Amino acid sequence: MRYLKDNLLRGLLWLSAFLSVAVLVMIVGFIFYKGFNLISFDFIFGDYSPTGGGGIWPMIVTTIYTVLISLVIATPIGILAAVYLQEYAKQGRLVRLIRFATESLTGIPSIIYGLFGAVFFVTTLKLGMSILAASLTLTIIVLPVIIRTTEEALKTVPRSYREGSLALGTTKLQTLYKVILPSSMPGILSGIILSVGRIVGESAAIFLTAGTVAAMPESILSSARTLTVHSYLVTQESGDIELAAAVGIVLIVIILAINLIATFISKKFNKATNK
Amino acid sequence: MEQRKEGTSKINVKDLNLFYGEKQALFGVDLAIHEKEVTALIGPSGCGKSTFLRTLNRMNDLIDGVKITGDVVIDHENVYKTNDVIKLRTKVGMVFQKPNLFPMSIYDNVAYGPRMQGIKSKKELNKIVEESLRSAAIWDEVKDRLKTSALGLSGGQQQRVCIARAIAMKPDIILMDEPTSALDPISTLKIEELITNMKKDYTIVIVTHNMQQAARISDKTAFFLNGEVVEYDDTDSIFSTPQDQRTEDYVTGRFG
Repeated sequence: MRYLKDNLLRGLLWLSAFLSVAVLVMIVGFIFYKGFNLISFDFIFGDYSPTGGGGIWPMIVTTIYTVLISLVIATPIGILAAVYLQEYAKQGRLVRLIRFATESLTGIPSIIYGLFGAVFFVTTLKLGMSILAASLTLTIIVLPVIIRTTEEALKTVPRSYREGSLALGTTKLQTLYKVILPSSMPGILSGIILSVGRIVGESAAIFLTAGTVAAMPESILSSARTLTVHSYLVTQESGDIELAAAVGIVLIVIILAINLIATFISKKFNKATNK
Repeated sequence: MEQRKEGTSKINVKDLNLFYGEKQALFGVDLAIHEKEVTALIGPSGCGKSTFLRTLNRMNDLIDGVKITGDVVIDHENVYKTNDVIKLRTKVGMVFQKPNLFPMSIYDNVAYGPRMQGIKSKKELNKIVEESLRSAAIWDEVKDRLKTSALGLSGGQQQRVCIARAIAMKPDIILMDEPTSALDPISTLKIEELITNMKKDYTIVIVTHNMQQAARISDKTAFFLNGEVVEYDDTDSIFSTPQDQRTEDYVTGRFG
């Protein structure tokens, strides 16, 4: 009876593991099967043509813009906030409240952020439907991610480093800048890269704040569409699953590349710090 | 008993009490630590010897909820009345229980303190690094690999680089918190030899678990128990003719 239970459980565990991998393989397989025929140099680097047959270069450019702008704003704010919470703030009720707030922010569906962005950035601040408005909205979405990961990274810096540095007559700021931040760099970087994934994969919030103009953006105040929004719209408007799947392939490759870079960077940093 | 020659007193501690929140860890400690001598602090775990050591360069400031009353006077300056903790810590260096070199090169580790003090000249830094590593008796072992990561060294070598790092600040006093407890016997011996050589230039206060070590290297020994100094005297007297029964019990290994 005990053996039966053991085997049953083992089978269940195996099945669960198998299912999760199978689902992933199926999705990726489906996307590649449907869309791979459309992938070509012209498709990726060609300008969009409303009559069909054009490329998705404007959407790639828009996606890159949103990633860069969001990160340029969110990274410094996120790191500084985490440093404050972890290193400077007196641990107490207020800090717990701020932590609770940032944690809750990560759980809010992105459509809510989108609605907020549409009201606040697009209308109140009069940015209009634009890459900038979308990037600001995305900044709010990824900020908690960066704060959390940075805090975790700071926590892993051994106390002995801080003590060693302070015992040499350095100020808190010098210790932070020269010892603590460099040692927590891999963690901070992985947070930033996670955010890139989040931004590239976001659609609802961007749809509501950047609009859907399918053309090369003239400036960051132009309305434009990212890859995900494009994928959604072509399915919605023309039912062209193959085109949407081809965009999906590009997205999957981008995310995969980002993850590989992330692993590579953190390995490299680990070597540098732990040798 | 032969009268030892008395050095001038470098650190004067008067009626020092320390509380971690509600819990009192040090009770009315009085201690005069003499210049250019090695003073050992011994006692069982949790007796307050490390806590006491850390009051001397105010490392306890880093812990939330620590309250201190009483005086620690170093060279006529009250440590707890000055606002310049930075200056205090450049004057009072510290070596920790486990080697805690930063994940940087050996050179950068030793040059870290002087650089933070604003020394930029390459020539001057080179000189400080070499002198410090020489004083810590590790120069010959590392001179060809100064630019490699300090964490690639053995534990004993790392601890000597830690000592070099402290020396690079040109302190008057060096505090050592069980500096050999994580090391093998041979590395321990090297560090002990180093400490004996260093006392001509520095006042050294060392916490140790190891009574033989205290006997071997120190001039004066203070025996701590439950946050109090039970007995403080020349090391020879502490180990041969202790005045207090508890000291005798401890040094003869009856508890601890």
